[in-house]
Amino acid sequence: MTLAPVDFDYLRRLVKTHSAIVIDPAKAYLVENRLGPLVRQHGCVSLPDFLRLLQSQPLGPLHHEAVAAMANKETWFFRDSAPFTALSQYVLPELLKNRPRERGLSIWSAACSTGQEPYSIAMLLRESCPAAAPQASILATDFCPAALERASRAIYGQMDVNRGLPAALLTRYFIQRGLSWQLKPEIAAMVNFRRLNLAVAWPAAPPMDIIFLRNVLIYFDSETRRQVLTRIHRALRPDGFLFLGSAETPRDLDRAFEPLEAGTYLCYQPSKQAPR
Amino acid sequence: MRALVVDDSASMRAILKRTLAERGFEVAAAPSGLDALRMMAQQNPDLVLIDWNMPGMNGFDLLREIRRQPSYAQVKLVMVTTETNKAEMTHALAAGADEYIMKPFTPDVVYDKLRVAGLPVPYAESIACA
Repeated sequence: MTLAPVDFDYLRRLVKTHSAIVIDPAKAYLVENRLGPLVRQHGCVSLPDFLRLLQSQPLGPLHHEAVAAMANKETWFFRDSAPFTALSQYVLPELLKNRPRERGLSIWSAACSTGQEPYSIAMLLRESCPAAAPQASILATDFCPAALERASRAIYGQMDVNRGLPAALLTRYFIQRGLSWQLKPEIAAMVNFRRLNLAVAWPAAPPMDIIFLRNVLIYFDSETRRQVLTRIHRALRPDGFLFLGSAETPRDLDRAFEPLEAGTYLCYQPSKQAPR
Repeated sequence: MRALVVDDSASMRAILKRTLAERGFEVAAAPSGLDALRMMAQQNPDLVLIDWNMPGMNGFDLLREIRRQPSYAQVKLVMVTTETNKAEMTHALAAGADEYIMKPFTPDVVYDKLRVAGLPVPYAESIACA
């Protein structure tokens, strides 16, 4: 069903205001797919009917559900593999080189969706830096409460664990419960989940050694990308590392970050010249 | 890269052959463990995808047989199976499997698992740009 321009504009404004995500008009076809379950769940006969329901109510949980439903939540364990190879072979050894053992690593997965990214980092830490893992703090944030709730449960289906997760790690760190796989508490406890909308001002947090901000900036407009990167720059230690998605660069703030080749992957560090 | 698909199901052999061919593999297929052993010498594959449940020599016995031969030490062996129990998975890894794919799967699952196993599987975008 084609949405009337007025309905599409309403939804576009709602999503942009509350998540900073820009819905490209060329991707209008996604609207029906993503909102379909909510349309049925709330007894509406059609998508326009559901949008009328949203517009007839003051801003509330239903609007936030609709915004969350429009976000792309696709993620999988060790997604794209190269960033994780870079993390274990270059970044972690560099950060741990001269660090006192009691000074733990601070890592932030800034758009963690259903948790596969921060849990991949946690497993990788246990595998490649077992001595540093107990002192490490992994913060994982997302703006979608339902995704965070699923992430906190740390229970995944067969399709989730079948993709990207080495079988050796699946057998070592998961408990099988029928068709589900539950992450062992020792790994799940390494990650703290918090709700955070990257597009609005963030509460104060300790400076980070590593920030994963992958496949997020591509959904923002130029101004929002610049604002988010400015805050990311402040949140990162001067010797910290920023991991972006394969289609992303800090081009909106390009003098603030320097690219660093870590094997086949390009990560970023705060530029020594840029003011902080 | 050369791959050998071993599965007693003709449709599964076809699916896996197509999946691998789309990423540039040269693919041969065998309907049984014994056929696979005969074809190993001729095909000299870099990768063997092995179903577990097959009549005659099953996939686990084939895995052990291949791993027993030093000339095949570098060949990547990946189980592709409906056996989804952790015990079987652990057993296969201990016997020398490099990775384990549970059926059903999507092509992306196969490509990601092969990358995990250390094979240079190109991404779709790089093929489109080539």
